[in-house]
Amino acid sequence: MIREFGLIDVMYLIAAARWTLALTATAFIGSALIGIVIAIARILPFAPARWLSATYIHIVQGTPLLVWLFVMFFGLPLAGISVNPWLAAAVAFSVYGSAFLGEIWRGALVSIAKTQWEAGASLGLSLWEQLRHVIVPQSIRVAIPPTVGFLVQLIKNTSLAAVIGFVELTREGQLTAAGTYKPFAVYITVAAIYFAMCFPLSQWSRSIERRLDVAR
Amino acid sequence: MSLVEIHGINKSYGALPVLKDVTLDVEKGEIIAVIGRSGSGKSTLLRCINGLEPVQAGAIRVDGVQVNDPKTNLRKLRQEVGIVFQSFNLFPHLSVSDNITLAPRVVKKQAPAAARELAREVLARVGLEDKLDAYPSQLSGGQQQRVAIARSLAMRPKLMLFDEVTSALDPELTGEVLKVLESVAQEGMTMILVTHEMGFARRFGSRLVFMHEGRIHEQGPAAAVLAGPKTHELQTFLSAVLH
Repeated sequence: MIREFGLIDVMYLIAAARWTLALTATAFIGSALIGIVIAIARILPFAPARWLSATYIHIVQGTPLLVWLFVMFFGLPLAGISVNPWLAAAVAFSVYGSAFLGEIWRGALVSIAKTQWEAGASLGLSLWEQLRHVIVPQSIRVAIPPTVGFLVQLIKNTSLAAVIGFVELTREGQLTAAGTYKPFAVYITVAAIYFAMCFPLSQWSRSIERRLDVAR
Repeated sequence: MSLVEIHGINKSYGALPVLKDVTLDVEKGEIIAVIGRSGSGKSTLLRCINGLEPVQAGAIRVDGVQVNDPKTNLRKLRQEVGIVFQSFNLFPHLSVSDNITLAPRVVKKQAPAAARELAREVLARVGLEDKLDAYPSQLSGGQQQRVAIARSLAMRPKLMLFDEVTSALDPELTGEVLKVLESVAQEGMTMILVTHEMGFARRFGSRLVFMHEGRIHEQGPAAAVLAGPKTHELQTFLSAVLH
């Protein structure tokens, strides 16, 4: 039985977009938690920490996100760990995102002049205190625009979770298209909903960037 | 025991030697003016004294504590040795008050109210009490450098190092910083200054140290050395800087 593509389907798509946002938020928090560790490990005066974190970044950035999704979804059950699509997607996106945020934030940390570290050290601040009170507060300004830019990418990339059956906006679109035989109308609607989520964020990112340029 | 004892230190950046067998003792209350061409190693010497730069050979002791010993707690040492840099290096994201109170609060665990009182006191000593809540970007270069000096004073150091603190300033701003240096000197602070201000060195320096190609080439009482340099290199240097 073929039904029409109507307002009720649009409402279902918007409802599914909540899962896109939920996955984005979870993945962003996971990426941020691992990313901050990676970023700091990359700049420590302790070679093994730098080496390990650099290797992590190279491996993650050198492999497709889609493959990470499959590895988490199909691989972990082989190891006896049962995963649902939600958990597999959250972990895969966190791993993927942490490598990118780690690099973005490392860049922000090293953009702060070496003399700021020295000024902190000369006052008797420990390495952690220099980071906490001198370096991190200054690098946040630098990090905000690219971090928001990353968030926009993350929202769009969560559509990949559809392939492991996680019902978010894109998966809901596939289901609706299959039921209504109106793929064009459905996917245009899906695209419009993604745009409605991403556009305000990229505008916000741009306005922050402009403000920081003026302040500089 | 001298406050600072430097014995036969050597340092190089890769294959380039910057300090060659430098030995220097500084007594409590002395004011040492270190002069020399750029690249003669004078800034490096200063940075070695508070452990910002490691040395490859020799020994540096400050107040009996060996600086170049891995077991030494450099954090503790640096609380007693203030350093003021050519480029001020204030924390741009913090107000003047927070710049000054950061280390007393974080390192010495002072209560915020007491630390702010301390900030007020050291700012008064550099004549900038009214800038307590200003940000570094709102201050002139000379004012920023005076805040940097106040920030160091707030740690109540036993020794202060000054690395060409007036070199980044316009001549008219140099004067206000020199005045602050004079008052710190008159309070009896032990100071080592890398400087190009020969007038200041002559009037306030108890000793003048001339560095040349990584060595201490000539030293002695400031006024006497400036009036009658013994080595050809110092004569040439002085005639160049004094015209």
